[in-house]
Amino acid sequence: MSNIPADLKYARSHEWVRVEGDTATVGVTDHAQHELTDVVFVELPAVGRKLKAGEACAVVESVKTASDIYAPVSGEVMAVNDAVTANPGLVNSTPYGEGWFFKLKLTQPAELDQLLDAAAYRAQIGG
Amino acid sequence: MLRRTPLFAAHQRLGARLVEFGGWEMPVQYTGIVEEHLAVRQAAGLFDISHMGELLVNGPGAEAFLNHALTNDLRKLAVGQGQYSMLCNERGGVVDDLYVYRIKHDEYLLVVNASRIAADWDWLQTQVDHAPTPDGFQLQNVSDDWAALAVQGPRVVEFIGAVIPGGSIGGTLAARVTDLKKNQIAGFVFRGVSLLVARTGYTGEDGFEVLAPAGQAEALWNALLEAGAARGLKPAGLGARDTLRTEMGYPLYGHELNETTTPFEAGITFCVALEKGDFTGRAALLRQKAAGVTRRCVAFRMSGKSAPPRPGYALWSAGAAARPLGQVVSGTLSPSLGVGIGTGFVPVEFAAPGTVLEVEIRGRRAPAVVVPKPIYRPAGAGAAPGSSGTKAS
Repeated sequence: MSNIPADLKYARSHEWVRVEGDTATVGVTDHAQHELTDVVFVELPAVGRKLKAGEACAVVESVKTASDIYAPVSGEVMAVNDAVTANPGLVNSTPYGEGWFFKLKLTQPAELDQLLDAAAYRAQIGG
Repeated sequence: MLRRTPLFAAHQRLGARLVEFGGWEMPVQYTGIVEEHLAVRQAAGLFDISHMGELLVNGPGAEAFLNHALTNDLRKLAVGQGQYSMLCNERGGVVDDLYVYRIKHDEYLLVVNASRIAADWDWLQTQVDHAPTPDGFQLQNVSDDWAALAVQGPRVVEFIGAVIPGGSIGGTLAARVTDLKKNQIAGFVFRGVSLLVARTGYTGEDGFEVLAPAGQAEALWNALLEAGAARGLKPAGLGARDTLRTEMGYPLYGHELNETTTPFEAGITFCVALEKGDFTGRAALLRQKAAGVTRRCVAFRMSGKSAPPRPGYALWSAGAAARPLGQVVSGTLSPSLGVGIGTGFVPVEFAAPGTVLEVEIRGRRAPAVVVPKPIYRPAGAGAAPGSSGTKAS
């Protein structure tokens, strides 16, 4: 059974969001890392890039496939996790911790209401 | 409806992730491609390759028929030996790449790609009329009767003899299964049932491929897993099979090989015996050899940290006058090297090892360098390109 922390919000495309003030930290869920299998490469957006909710903005690659990661909410990229590009396996080992991808300064905070809570995300992935 | 091998239930019990491959529902991984890959390089891995096809050709005319249909010189095979070969069309294009074993004086076994069984069968039917003695042999497709396992890695010799004890009962004379030498095949007995065991593989490591009656597959699979567990044996899926063969530069049909690509363009010449006499495709291959190929499939590795190359990515020349050269046909992260590796077709003037290329990845070009095959040379035996089994998945 996937780990789905109760204090986070979730996009249907399997990203998680941790909100602190006007900043959102984004990563991919435990369910997503399991489906991706061994992550061997991560490509993150440039700091300063302005993202719209739903925009493809990062790429994670397993041995076999490349998968897009989408901005769960709109915002400007304030920071990216250099540790995860250096050590992509962090996505698998600590998807909610050291495996985070980037931090956004929220430009449309109301979009947070469109995200799923833990129970709704668990229902989406079927447990 | 996807087909399933006799080991499907065993894969489910092991928690395999299943994918479609060549019309079959096959395990791509059990615990992880990288872990399974490294298990094969460092210890041992067990693969289900029952999706592959088996064709039998027997009778006094079998040798002449096959020697005319296949590119390699079949006459070199003693009973109990196998060789890598290709089935070519009249243009020299590759219908399939395969392993052919002489299992009796007048009987040959062809192990062919899963996705090509029907194409091979149809093509071989068209070749019957070209045979010197068209009624001197019989062709049989026994793919559904036989399961096949590959057990590969440097530590396989430490436990396979405990699972398949005793001496050979046909083919190469061997007191023990581990006495088989590379490319040899022999019959052995497992729990009262006859098996064929060949010292071949598709990983670059020492290892064996075992053909068993479909009904015995699961007992053999479980016995190997149990005997090998203490030596680091892990079940391994098609994901690791693909990364292992890519590190070796071994071709996979549909990637490096197809009906419009010749063995010379694919960079695989050792299995084309132009001097053996007439065979299908020889005239076209002789012309191409005389004129020289214009493009060739090369192996490359990424020069720095980059995303892994993938099939379909464009290959470019480097420098100021950069131009597109061709496409990547196989590409992955190399678990052994930790860098992106691949193969792709380029004009022959860009095919020399050391040539700098660029791979276009999501609109940006990343540097790569042409390297000799194998891209990764395993520490143990079996690293010589082409001499071990270059059989396709």
